[in-house]
Amino acid sequence: MKFIKKLVSSAYFWLTMLFFYLPIIYVIVFSFNESKSLTRFTGFSLQWYQKLFESRSIREAIYYTLLIAVIATIISTIIGTLTAIGLSKSNKILRAIVLQINDIPMMNPDIVTAIGFMLLFTSLGVDKGLGTILLAHISFCIPYVILTVMPRLRQLDDNLAEAALDLGATPLQALTKVIIPQLKGSIISGALIAFTMSFDDFVISFFTSGPKVSNIAIYVYSSIKRINPTINALSTIIVVIVTTVLIIVNVVPMIKDRKTRGIEE
Amino acid sequence: MSVGIKINHAVKAYGDNVVIPDLSLEVEDGEFFTLLGPSGCGKTTLLRMIAGFNSIEGGDFYFGDKRINNLDPAKRNIGMVFQNYAIFPHLTVEKNVQFGLKNRKVSKEEMERDTKQFMDLMHITEYKDRMPERLSGGQQQRVALARALVIKPDVLLMDEPLSNLDAKLRVEMRTVIKQIQREVGITNVYVTHDQEEAMSVSDRIAVMNLGEIQHIGKPKDIYQRPANLFVASFIGRTNLVNAKLEIRDGEAHVVFADGYDLVMDNILPEEMHDQDVIVAARPEEVVINAEEGIHAKVDDSVFLGLNTHYYVLSDQVHCIHTEDKDDDRFELIQESMIDEIIPNGTEVRLRIKKEKVNVFTADGSKNIVKGVKNDKYLYGND
Repeated sequence: MKFIKKLVSSAYFWLTMLFFYLPIIYVIVFSFNESKSLTRFTGFSLQWYQKLFESRSIREAIYYTLLIAVIATIISTIIGTLTAIGLSKSNKILRAIVLQINDIPMMNPDIVTAIGFMLLFTSLGVDKGLGTILLAHISFCIPYVILTVMPRLRQLDDNLAEAALDLGATPLQALTKVIIPQLKGSIISGALIAFTMSFDDFVISFFTSGPKVSNIAIYVYSSIKRINPTINALSTIIVVIVTTVLIIVNVVPMIKDRKTRGIEE
Repeated sequence: MSVGIKINHAVKAYGDNVVIPDLSLEVEDGEFFTLLGPSGCGKTTLLRMIAGFNSIEGGDFYFGDKRINNLDPAKRNIGMVFQNYAIFPHLTVEKNVQFGLKNRKVSKEEMERDTKQFMDLMHITEYKDRMPERLSGGQQQRVALARALVIKPDVLLMDEPLSNLDAKLRVEMRTVIKQIQREVGITNVYVTHDQEEAMSVSDRIAVMNLGEIQHIGKPKDIYQRPANLFVASFIGRTNLVNAKLEIRDGEAHVVFADGYDLVMDNILPEEMHDQDVIVAARPEEVVINAEEGIHAKVDDSVFLGLNTHYYVLSDQVHCIHTEDKDDDRFELIQESMIDEIIPNGTEVRLRIKKEKVNVFTADGSKNIVKGVKNDKYLYGND
């Protein structure tokens, strides 16, 4: 009985893992395929990676993706953090309202946000391009930053800022020397979440980018009809980047935690 | 440089909700001054107005001759110790202590010298490289004090600094605080709701209730001659009993329900007329006696070594119930005798020490016994 129970639970576990990761493993394996076939592995080669970097449009897509992600991350992190700090000091009703509004874009289907942005830019007569896609990315990243920073702020002792002030710090110094260091961990997680959100966004980017700018997601989508293993190679790179970021987000606090506990022992 | 504090007609209001209607007081240079009162009495609010963390809706606040109403907290040159210490969790003990000096841009030598001096003073030098999370409550308290004092503030403000410590540490730290305050010679405004703590550390105490000062005075004066019934029942334990004041042949007689007649010679002249009064007798001001006094029966006793506490019930004279003491019985403290503890059920008489006892008007607003010293009226309070 016990044996069967164990068998079922481990089978369930492996099936789930397989279901989650088989597509990714498949993509990674075939990115190293020698032939153009997407179904038969004929031999190892790096030619698709080579082709990938030879293609100007792919290089451009990678460049725009990173540029947009980096700028959107920096700006949304700054705005989101300051908003969260401001909200924590404001009255309860205003805070509740703003936080509710903050949740809406995250629960909204992307397509609704995307169409909203497109209509807004069109009706304002703004030419779609790098500026518009950046604005869109910044705005959909901010809620994630607020949501990650807010809980940490709530744990923060109100008196810390006051203690800094009575020790002669200016309000700006109290913010930078006392409040921000307390929030460092949550600000970094917020920024990394913003980065991955921006990095792999397709729907909103597609509707706000215009013809001149395309990021990786848009490029992959537009080349889907003449699909070839360069997409596999590109996907592999993305998987590696996103996985790395996720590992940093999750593992660094764990190491840090162990380190501080290590000192205590 | 330590300075005195002067507050004239302070008003604190949140919208229409007036928390402090009109409050004046003065703290002398170098004085250990305590704001004491139940929670919600406005003591912390007043302290935060002095610190600059609360807005001031009316009145004038002075440090020495300087009006500070509109000065930022950073410019008031105050040291503040918070209830939860507010030690910066991301800085070591030493960096915490240096924080204020860095903002003041003192020279490196001065910073090192002063930091060391105050860490030594507070006995925290050995923890200087530790992070705050690895300090005990008492150690954090010492860091908070060192951090507040190292900047040589004009006044030191402390908001219930001991309430998060356990009983033993609390007693230890209050001695430390008092000693350091004397050593540094700094004006200190201290907020607490613990009357024993207040009495043990303060030069003077302001007892507050509902945003108003009830009594300002030395701990001894406040304890022995409280200005009104609130102060009498808030400071220390006390038995409150209804009685009648009768003037016969120019003598004041305080008559209890069972006819016990206490002749008093220290009633204020202007109060020498027949009236209902409330007698406040502390447990040590009531003596078990055979010859005279209120008729009563011992209900219970607790032997505590040096003293024995008796709970004594009278058929006719019941104690007034208060928040602190919800009991008809008299509470007495007697020095333990070498003979037997008086057994429960024994009929006794309760003599009241008339030279010590306090007598209040029926509404409790005034002590009608001579000798009340209340500095409250020196500063323009009504």
